[in-house]
Amino acid sequence: MQRNIYIYILIMAAVTYLIRTLPLTLIRREIKNPLVRSFLYYVPYVTLAVMIFPGVLTDTNTYVSGLLGFGTAVWLAWQGKSLIKVAIGMCFVVFVAELMLVG
Amino acid sequence: MMNNKTCYMKGLQDGVPIFLGYLAVSFTLGIAAKKVGFTPFQATIMSLTNNTSAGQFAALGLITSGATYLEMAITQLVINLRYFLMSCSLSQKVDAKASFFHRLLIGFNVTDEVFGLSIGVDGYLNPAYTYGLSTMSIPGWALGTCLGTISGNVLPPRVLSAMGVALYGMFIAVIIPPAKKSRVLAGIIVVSMVASFLVSYVPGIRDISLGFRIIILTVVIAGLAAVLFPIPINATKENPYAA
Repeated sequence: MQRNIYIYILIMAAVTYLIRTLPLTLIRREIKNPLVRSFLYYVPYVTLAVMIFPGVLTDTNTYVSGLLGFGTAVWLAWQGKSLIKVAIGMCFVVFVAELMLVG
Repeated sequence: MMNNKTCYMKGLQDGVPIFLGYLAVSFTLGIAAKKVGFTPFQATIMSLTNNTSAGQFAALGLITSGATYLEMAITQLVINLRYFLMSCSLSQKVDAKASFFHRLLIGFNVTDEVFGLSIGVDGYLNPAYTYGLSTMSIPGWALGTCLGTISGNVLPPRVLSAMGVALYGMFIAVIIPPAKKSRVLAGIIVVSMVASFLVSYVPGIRDISLGFRIIILTVVIAGLAAVLFPIPINATKENPYAA
């Protein structure tokens, strides 16, 4: 049976929207439980850290360029540079590194 | 708290790396969509309504193989389940005064990147900031998809690779400054990265989808951290969920 591509897209969008919106709309009060509060406080840091590593090594064309970019970004962020400077600086280092490594 | 306009403008500015990164990633998505027979219009509509990366890549495979609608729904649920966790976290970060309507609107674009930056603002989140980010990210994602479907493989992989890391740069810029101030946070971040790295090599676990690995690691590590280092109530009172 040939299925309709737009119905596929609609289903995808609906499921994804519900996942993203239900907690935001259902949990409207401030959570008082210290354990849950602490858990939710730590969630973003763990999630972002887990996504950064080792993804940054495998999403670039070489491990080395990814590692160099990672080091640069951590250093720039540690110096308190703005978000855009950290991001662009990292792009630049990865680009130059791959220029030299991959040719 | 800054007024709505200032927050929106700040969001636009911080959204520039998201725009760049999304352009690169969605460009490759567009190329893949073209290969499986999507028209530029179909691919762009998919990106405009979904704003997911892994979810959309997976969908291309499912559609080509003629999966059922139910299979599609379940796959999207599983792959995108991490947004559920992010949404829980955001529910406590959003200004308590923000209306139900704002929450419905923010929900549309809870992506890894928009979440990461939204959670990183000081104090409560003004929805205007998230809208600023979305004003950059949604067109970036749709435009890249569209261009990828139209042009195919024109950008050298090196350029895409360099643009794509803008997203990682943003994440790093969000988590490092608070880690500098707190040894506990710094430790948790290092543990998370090492665990994520190790797990990607463990047979059995490495075969679990990335989305699920993120969920499992987040629940385990953030759960342990909450038990071992509960945040003192008075510290959170003044500046709840400040990053």
